[in-house]
Amino acid sequence: MNGLGAAAAQAIHLIGSGDANLIGIVLLSLKVSLTAVVIACLVGLPLGATIAVGRFPGRHALIVVLNALMGLPPVVVGLAVYLLLSRAGPLGAMGILFTPTAMVIAQALLITPIVAALSRQVIEDAWGEYREQLRSLGERRLGAAATLLWDVRFSLLTIVLAGFGRAAAEVGAVMIVGGNIDGVTRVMTTAIALETSKGDLPLALGLGLVLLTIVLVLNAAAYVVKETAQRRYG
Amino acid sequence: MTAASIMRAPTTLLPLHVEGLVFAAGGRRIIDDVSFRLDAATRTVIIGANGAGKSVLLRLCHGLLRPTAGTIRWNAPELPGAPRRQAMVFQRPVLLRRSALANVIYGLRVAGTAPDAREALAREALDRVGLARLAERPARVLSGGEQQRLALARAWALRPEVLFLDEPTASLDPGAAHEIEKVVAAMHTAGTKIVLVTHNLGQARRLGDEILFMHKGRIAERAAAASFFKQPASPEAARFLEGELPW
Repeated sequence: MNGLGAAAAQAIHLIGSGDANLIGIVLLSLKVSLTAVVIACLVGLPLGATIAVGRFPGRHALIVVLNALMGLPPVVVGLAVYLLLSRAGPLGAMGILFTPTAMVIAQALLITPIVAALSRQVIEDAWGEYREQLRSLGERRLGAAATLLWDVRFSLLTIVLAGFGRAAAEVGAVMIVGGNIDGVTRVMTTAIALETSKGDLPLALGLGLVLLTIVLVLNAAAYVVKETAQRRYG
Repeated sequence: MTAASIMRAPTTLLPLHVEGLVFAAGGRRIIDDVSFRLDAATRTVIIGANGAGKSVLLRLCHGLLRPTAGTIRWNAPELPGAPRRQAMVFQRPVLLRRSALANVIYGLRVAGTAPDAREALAREALDRVGLARLAERPARVLSGGEQQRLALARAWALRPEVLFLDEPTASLDPGAAHEIEKVVAAMHTAGTKIVLVTHNLGQARRLGDEILFMHKGRIAERAAAASFFKQPASPEAARFLEGELPW
């Protein structure tokens, strides 16, 4: 208990003193995960909306697959991206293995199904309510998908956050494709894993606290935005 | 506008010819061999008991449901992809999470109205339904009556030839219902054909020129409103009026 207390005190001191090493790791984590979220949204939201309002063969199978992909293990994604990007792999010539770019790719692959599957659900529910009215106005399916995306924007916020939470918290994928190289591809989760195994508990704990705080603050902000907006727009 | 569309424009949507219309769902004939013709200018009110098929008939005519059998033929068929020339107002208005004005503008955008003409048309429509001062208010926080008037404004802005209304005042208090009736009457005066489904016989009297009385998926009687309420010709309608009149 004493060890934990001392480690926690040191961790807080480390955060308070603005340790350059720690800040670098935090910033890289945010950069990688936020970029992955943006990419996942650019692909996942239109995909979810299209599946929600679309009618095409294989739609049900696609929904099942998408839902299943939400539970994709990060290490498996990491391995797949590793194989793609390794020297011998099909994209090996790009030379981006063990770079932040590779980490962004892995995380985007990991959370795009989450964003697509959850937004599909939300938009399909809304489509049930709006369908007759939009068709009455003469709106076509793709137009309806865009309209619905915008109309459920406050609910989508929670989904985007779920995606970010998953990206920021996973360790398996970034470890494999990033390699946890100090100052280059070391992010919060891989650093925590490494420092813990090395026995540097204050740094690990400090990073853990920062990670928790970021997720907490983002969720609180999203909650406030969603509540305020829903009160304002109904 | 192309030359071809200008050539087509004078052709009216009405009259509407409905022949041998059948709509079945779950093994039940909800609309059972219905034929009629709707002409411009008159206000047609469809009444009947719950489950008589009124709302389904409206949706079939408006193209929201596909008939199981029979034909629905407009004088000038709407071309796929072309702006709609008919509109519908539902019992529960579906409004988008944006301002009242933006909701009307949205309808105009879907209908292909030129961008710089939309706002003026939308504001004019809001003014007609008495919502001009609430134009910037988010649509979903308006009262029930205001929301329904906004739905009417969205329809009106499109200058439809035909307006279908499916129990537009069913969930409104009498004051709000009266406001809706005023707007519907004004749209009729402005030249829109009104086809209204209602449970409210007082409303049917006030707004109807002719009555289509439905019973078990068929049209049991069609008559001018005045004579229908004075002396219904069919026993079903007589029973219906007897049962409904006190209310």
